[in-house]
Amino acid sequence: MWLAGALLVTLALAIVSLFVGVGTVTPDRLWSDAEGGQALQLLLVSRIPRTLAILLAGASLAIAGLVMQTIVRNRFVEPSTAGTTESASLGFLAVTLLAPGWPVMAKMGVAALFAFAGTALFLRILRFVPLRDAMLVPLVGLMLGGVIGAVTSFLAYRFGLLPSLLAWTMGDFSGVLRGRYELLWLGLVAALLAYGMADRFTVAGMGRDVATSLGLSYESVVTLGLALVSTIAAVTLVSVGAIPFLGLVLPNLVSLLVGDNMRVTVPWVAVLGALFVLVCDILGRVLRYPYEIPIGTMVGLVGSAVFLVLILRGRHA
Amino acid sequence: MRESAVMNRPRWVLLVLVLLALGSAALFLTLGARGGWGFVLAFRGGRLLALATVAFAVAVSTVLFQTVTENRILTPSVMGFDSLFVLVQTALVFALGQGALVSLGPIPRFALNVAVMTGFSLLLFRWLFLRETHSLHRLVLVGIVLGILFRSLSNFLQRILDPNAFQVLQDTLFASFSRADVSLLGVSLVLIAAASLVLLRIGHRFDVLTLGRSHAISLGLDHHRTVMTILLCVSVLVAVSTALVGPVTFFGLLVASLARALVGDSRHRFVLPAAVLLAIVTLVGGQTILERVFRFDTALSIIVEFLGGLVFLVLVLRGAAR
Repeated sequence: MWLAGALLVTLALAIVSLFVGVGTVTPDRLWSDAEGGQALQLLLVSRIPRTLAILLAGASLAIAGLVMQTIVRNRFVEPSTAGTTESASLGFLAVTLLAPGWPVMAKMGVAALFAFAGTALFLRILRFVPLRDAMLVPLVGLMLGGVIGAVTSFLAYRFGLLPSLLAWTMGDFSGVLRGRYELLWLGLVAALLAYGMADRFTVAGMGRDVATSLGLSYESVVTLGLALVSTIAAVTLVSVGAIPFLGLVLPNLVSLLVGDNMRVTVPWVAVLGALFVLVCDILGRVLRYPYEIPIGTMVGLVGSAVFLVLILRGRHA
Repeated sequence: MRESAVMNRPRWVLLVLVLLALGSAALFLTLGARGGWGFVLAFRGGRLLALATVAFAVAVSTVLFQTVTENRILTPSVMGFDSLFVLVQTALVFALGQGALVSLGPIPRFALNVAVMTGFSLLLFRWLFLRETHSLHRLVLVGIVLGILFRSLSNFLQRILDPNAFQVLQDTLFASFSRADVSLLGVSLVLIAAASLVLLRIGHRFDVLTLGRSHAISLGLDHHRTVMTILLCVSVLVAVSTALVGPVTFFGLLVASLARALVGDSRHRFVLPAAVLLAIVTLVGGQTILERVFRFDTALSIIVEFLGGLVFLVLVLRGAAR
């Protein structure tokens, strides 16, 4: 019931989002032939892809965060606090340097592989952490991300790609056009698969012993979960750039609202994730019209503020 | 026998570090120089002084910050301190307008920055450290996220600034040891000298602080006042280094940890100079090697960040945090 309401609000805002921008697109101009149907052209080539990209990226990144939090059993983990995003950028940079001619799909695959390896490394390191302090887990992840990020910027610097690296990593929807966002549908597929496996992730989150005694192949479920998360992280990174804290804030808010049953939370997380990114993007476009503030900045701002509140309230410490 | 070896080690380490620092300074000044010596020495001398100033500021502020917080993995930068400086700088440009700041001149502008930043950071630290219920890990996490928040906020403000003002600001955003801002050197040295004098006067209290809050108080130390004085000096030092080369996150952690490991003695009269000398060797020596041997330009900050990040991970994993 409430979910349907949230969905309606999202749809309404998505329609609003279609008509926000520098080029004038208004409903009546769409049907008139003024300027040779330019408005319609703009809508089809730029606005609709952009809005779709926002919805897809928001929903799938939020779900990626939820899956990761369930597997690691820590509220403060998500692709940008576990080194996943940084590993994906390293992979994308590496393939850009070594095989610039490869199609985007192949590059994205390499980025996803790197993201997977980085996240697996994170989990491996966690096994050695002396005491599983709830705060220590994201701390290790942030540091690992910092170290991988330093390697990436060093390589980028060495090969004169630093400006392009900055451009990729700062999440930004302004470059989204028809033909340049479609990979994001793959992220949606990964998110749907995650939904289908929700129960298994919940069981895996209870730990290796419990999961095994319940007849679950712990290793394969965790591996699959990480593969899905890495795919989502790589797809969004390659298409629109990094959007920090999204997967962190939304699952936490949803768990405050409707609890922790993953079957129930996944649709909520998806819808609110899309809604959140949509609101941030519209704000980013309106606040400094006719320029825009990139989504990475808007979400980083809101996301880190909410994260701070979560840590300081210490609900899960 | 063993006793005397332990006694001598810090002095040997310091001696070797002094020689290394002098050697790297000499190489920095002379290596690959062409043209008139007067010009080369004056030009490189200014940069050398700037690098040494930064090294001093970062090393001293990190070691003392670790003393005050009674913990070896914290540094002012891990706690979001230098991104705070960038934010203050951005906010000033934003609030006063670029024209007002430019007509103010670089030195009053810098002084204004330092004043606002010092006040603000003292408030922040009172708030963070005087709530003793927080676990250490939570504190570090809060610091890191505050750093991200400050960075996003500066970024946000910079995006709404008009493009000209943005240009003025942009140079402060990226840490670079090769573009140290020599024009601010004079005011930096004055500030550093002032902070150092204050620190020198209370220097005998540092080792007592290391014993922990309750021991220090029972030994008759005015704990709160000493801590606040040190934090004040730390914020001045951070402001100076950030103004000169921009924000660096893990550099201080790297030199402080190395210094403690090399010296093998936790007394400040050994650790502080060792950290300063190590910082000079790292910055000046590293810059010389990168510039003259590998012909890189600004990569030193990236390498230092990488090594420092690794040290941090190792410290966390070894449980040094507890």
